[in-house]
Amino acid sequence: MRVHFDLSALRKTRWYEYAVRFLFGGAVTIATGLVAQHFGPVVGGLFLAFPAIFPASVTLVAKHEREKKQKAGMDGTARAKKAAALDARGATIGTFGLACFAILVWKLLPIWNWMAVLSLAILSWLVVSISIWKAEQHQPL
Amino acid sequence: MTPLIFRFVVGGIVVSLFAILGDLLKPKSFAGLFGAAPSVALATIGLTILTDGKLYAAQESRSMIAGAAAFFLYSCVCVRLLVRHQWSAMVASVFSLSMWFVGAFGLWFLVLK
Repeated sequence: MRVHFDLSALRKTRWYEYAVRFLFGGAVTIATGLVAQHFGPVVGGLFLAFPAIFPASVTLVAKHEREKKQKAGMDGTARAKKAAALDARGATIGTFGLACFAILVWKLLPIWNWMAVLSLAILSWLVVSISIWKAEQHQPL
Repeated sequence: MTPLIFRFVVGGIVVSLFAILGDLLKPKSFAGLFGAAPSVALATIGLTILTDGKLYAAQESRSMIAGAAAFFLYSCVCVRLLVRHQWSAMVASVFSLSMWFVGAFGLWFLVLK
């Protein structure tokens, strides 16, 4: 399956849907800092991989899919769940990249320049995630 | 108060950028990769390095591996609830958060404590 950008998705998303994700993102970032401050970096670090905005994102995916089908005169409920499941399956694959990101930062941060470490770690997340996604393409949901 | 506001704004911007990127990409399973993007980590680690130093941030990143494993458990449960049990996206994704807490704190208790 070919990966591509669909700019029409920007028009489908309402301003308050962007606002909700901004608020969730900001709130989780603050919460992570506060947890680390009170319980130390070991507990605080767990929340660096908290599915902060995933519930909001997957709900939006389902909502947009249902609206699209309803405009075409169909119910769209089953299709919305399938779209949400595909999104969640993608996130499952992305967690391997997330773990790679964490391992690289843990091992390299004490000895390398931090900007270089974060750049390499984000690249590793992308490469690992895309590689596993490509390998999984022939697995039916 | 100012560092909290700064943290809130940086976190909100980074998380939103990854979310928008996920919105724009097709197919959906590929866009889903961005649901597990290290957005909170990117926002937090940079700020933590500046305030608490690199060693502190590295220690947080070690725990993040357990958090990522818990995220894996979370999303697997979410997929199962959506596909097998036909739960709605909102209910499945919010309910599955309990699995993240079980996985993350279970690993913390067994490995990191």
